[in-house]
Amino acid sequence: MIVKRLVRWFDQRLGAARFVRTALNKVFPDHWSFMLGELALYCFVILILTGVYLTFFFTPGTKEVVYHGSYAPLRGVSMSQAYESVLRISFDVRAGLVMRQIHHWAALIFVGAIIAHLMRIFFTGAFRRPRELNWMIGVTLLVLAIANGFTGYSLPDDQLSGTGLRIAYSVVISVPVVGVWTAFLIFGGEFPGNEVLTRFFVIHILIVPVAIAVLLGAHLAILVRQKHTQFQGRARKERNVVGARLWPTFTAKTIGLFFFVFAACAALGGLAQINPVWIWGPFQPAAVSAGSQPDWYVGWLEGSLRLFPAWEIRAFGHEIPNPFFSGVLLPGITFMLLYAWPFLEGRFTKENREEHHLLDRPRDRPVRTAIGVAALAFYAVLFVAGGNDVLASRFSVSVNLITNILRVALFVIPTVAGVMTYRLCKELAARSPTPGEPEPPPGGELVVRTEEGGYVDVEEPARTP
Amino acid sequence: MNENDDVQERKVTNRIAIGFAITTVASLGLAVVYFVLGGQEQLEGSLLAVALGGLGYGFVQVAKYLLPQGPYVEERETLPSSSEDNAAFAADFERGEGWLSRRGFLVKMLGVAAGAIGLAALFPIASLGPNPDRQLFRTKWRRGSLVVDEQGEAVGVDTLSVGGALTVFPQGHVDVEDSQTILIRLSHDDVVTKPGRELWGPQGYVGYSKVCTHAGCPVGLYQQQFKKLLCPCHQSTFSVPDGAEPVFGPATRSLPQLPLMVDDEGLLRARSDYTEPVGPGFWNRGT
Repeated sequence: MIVKRLVRWFDQRLGAARFVRTALNKVFPDHWSFMLGELALYCFVILILTGVYLTFFFTPGTKEVVYHGSYAPLRGVSMSQAYESVLRISFDVRAGLVMRQIHHWAALIFVGAIIAHLMRIFFTGAFRRPRELNWMIGVTLLVLAIANGFTGYSLPDDQLSGTGLRIAYSVVISVPVVGVWTAFLIFGGEFPGNEVLTRFFVIHILIVPVAIAVLLGAHLAILVRQKHTQFQGRARKERNVVGARLWPTFTAKTIGLFFFVFAACAALGGLAQINPVWIWGPFQPAAVSAGSQPDWYVGWLEGSLRLFPAWEIRAFGHEIPNPFFSGVLLPGITFMLLYAWPFLEGRFTKENREEHHLLDRPRDRPVRTAIGVAALAFYAVLFVAGGNDVLASRFSVSVNLITNILRVALFVIPTVAGVMTYRLCKELAARSPTPGEPEPPPGGELVVRTEEGGYVDVEEPARTP
Repeated sequence: MNENDDVQERKVTNRIAIGFAITTVASLGLAVVYFVLGGQEQLEGSLLAVALGGLGYGFVQVAKYLLPQGPYVEERETLPSSSEDNAAFAADFERGEGWLSRRGFLVKMLGVAAGAIGLAALFPIASLGPNPDRQLFRTKWRRGSLVVDEQGEAVGVDTLSVGGALTVFPQGHVDVEDSQTILIRLSHDDVVTKPGRELWGPQGYVGYSKVCTHAGCPVGLYQQQFKKLLCPCHQSTFSVPDGAEPVFGPATRSLPQLPLMVDDEGLLRARSDYTEPVGPGFWNRGT
């Protein structure tokens, strides 16, 4: 009764009944891989919830203070306000540590979910016309998620994050012509600079999250406008969408998913220690340890810096230093190719002349699938290279040997993976017909020579499903 | 609805109720942990996970067993607008566009004005940081700077035994990033690492910039046996007796060497600042 009156009150002022009804009836095709994007969305919600809580306690200051909190091993040590406030969150704020750890875990899963979602879109061809725009927004969201991960990782001002910042600064000054200026503007002077923490704080809690929220809104609005893609199957056509309705079935399902994602992050945040900054200690410019690894989604860049040989360009008194190639050019090309992929592929396949709402099975697109797998293998090798010192000490071999092996593997493994994928796709595609397409007509296809020397047509044996 | 469906629905309803009950109990548990125990992160995380998991379970059960499954079919509408719509849009747009193209001069002036104010709006960006000027070419080392360790204690000729290594700074500038120097004693006799550096290594002491020439990490690991300095970040390796030339990893340049001398009291001092920029490369380093 109350609901009815409330609905009428709003409709008299907004006239929204028809629009809302259309929204409630929106159809969502059912496939497990379609929840990867939802996973990323819910991680973002969890990040906002826990992140807001953390801002109530965090101080992004570089002023030196002496620690007097309850973590005994660091008492009397001088450190930045930022590091001190992270210790306070971890040891003296009730529920602070669990919030911090849920936040960190959710960030790791956030980027992972985005990349998994991107892989789903890529391998099923969901980026084809008319969805190129949403593909590009999605790639931008990935860049923003990584940027926000890195800025957040830098905030506690511990030894590891300081090392990460030091490397980031060196990568920025390696940019030709404008590098040094840019680095001085970002850091407020020569490294370490006094301003970088306050600036990264504003970027981390305001600028990038707002950009993510706005683009996420656009991402979803375009999805609603264009409707979902779906896999081929009975009754599923280019002209329709088959699945469950938004209200109430999909709503209940997706709320359930949200709670499960949150539950997983909470369990990890409570039980699996992450980034124990009190062990790393406060940042000191002259200290660093082996085994310094960034969060996983920066690992490929770290590996690129480690594997790139000792090359650089020097001419006419100017130079393009080594980290430019491994730290700027490689990610630059990576994201340019990602942005351009729908157009590159369209140029070769000529498929962008019409709309595509039915998804490809990866096996039916052996070239695309092979390229995708080769690219993944390439970044996987770089990721492994980001931990070459850990590998070396684990397996008790020299880090030089591991590095040289990985330098070769960086080109061999993607090639092998690509070729194998191509062959596998061909094989799989030959064995199973595309669902939804009519079976090849029986008879008239197989010709067999009889013992007497004559030829007869035989029907294909019935396929076992 | 037949009897079987009825039984099934009752079972599902019970399961969902149990899920929600678990959430309620776990939430009460959270209250106990927070207020009575004063917080305990393992319990907080676990109970929160159980509470949220109970809700999630309930909702998924509802979606899976109690709500209409479909499948429903929704037709797609054509995305591109019809040609009439496009024509009507073009006609409406013409209203303004025509007005503008008849006043090309004003539009050009507006373009210039917008460009100018846009440029002016960029000026404040320069306030974000100082002019780099020659800052990357200098450190805090000066002629006669006393060599001190991380506690600020002066370093004398007897401080290190042969094979020892120590992080040092110019007096008064401990912990200044670009001035950190790794001091190594290679022998008892003067050490010449390169031609032209005859006086830089008194009584076996050599000092190298500790800022890696690759990506700026502190080159902190001295492998005494091989007389090599290793950067733990990206494994650039430098050969100490040969002027810290890179022998492995991504670094392309030697670590700059600090010219050292021993004063009358037997204390180590710098002969001058580094003779080249320390740390990673940049565009105009060679100028």
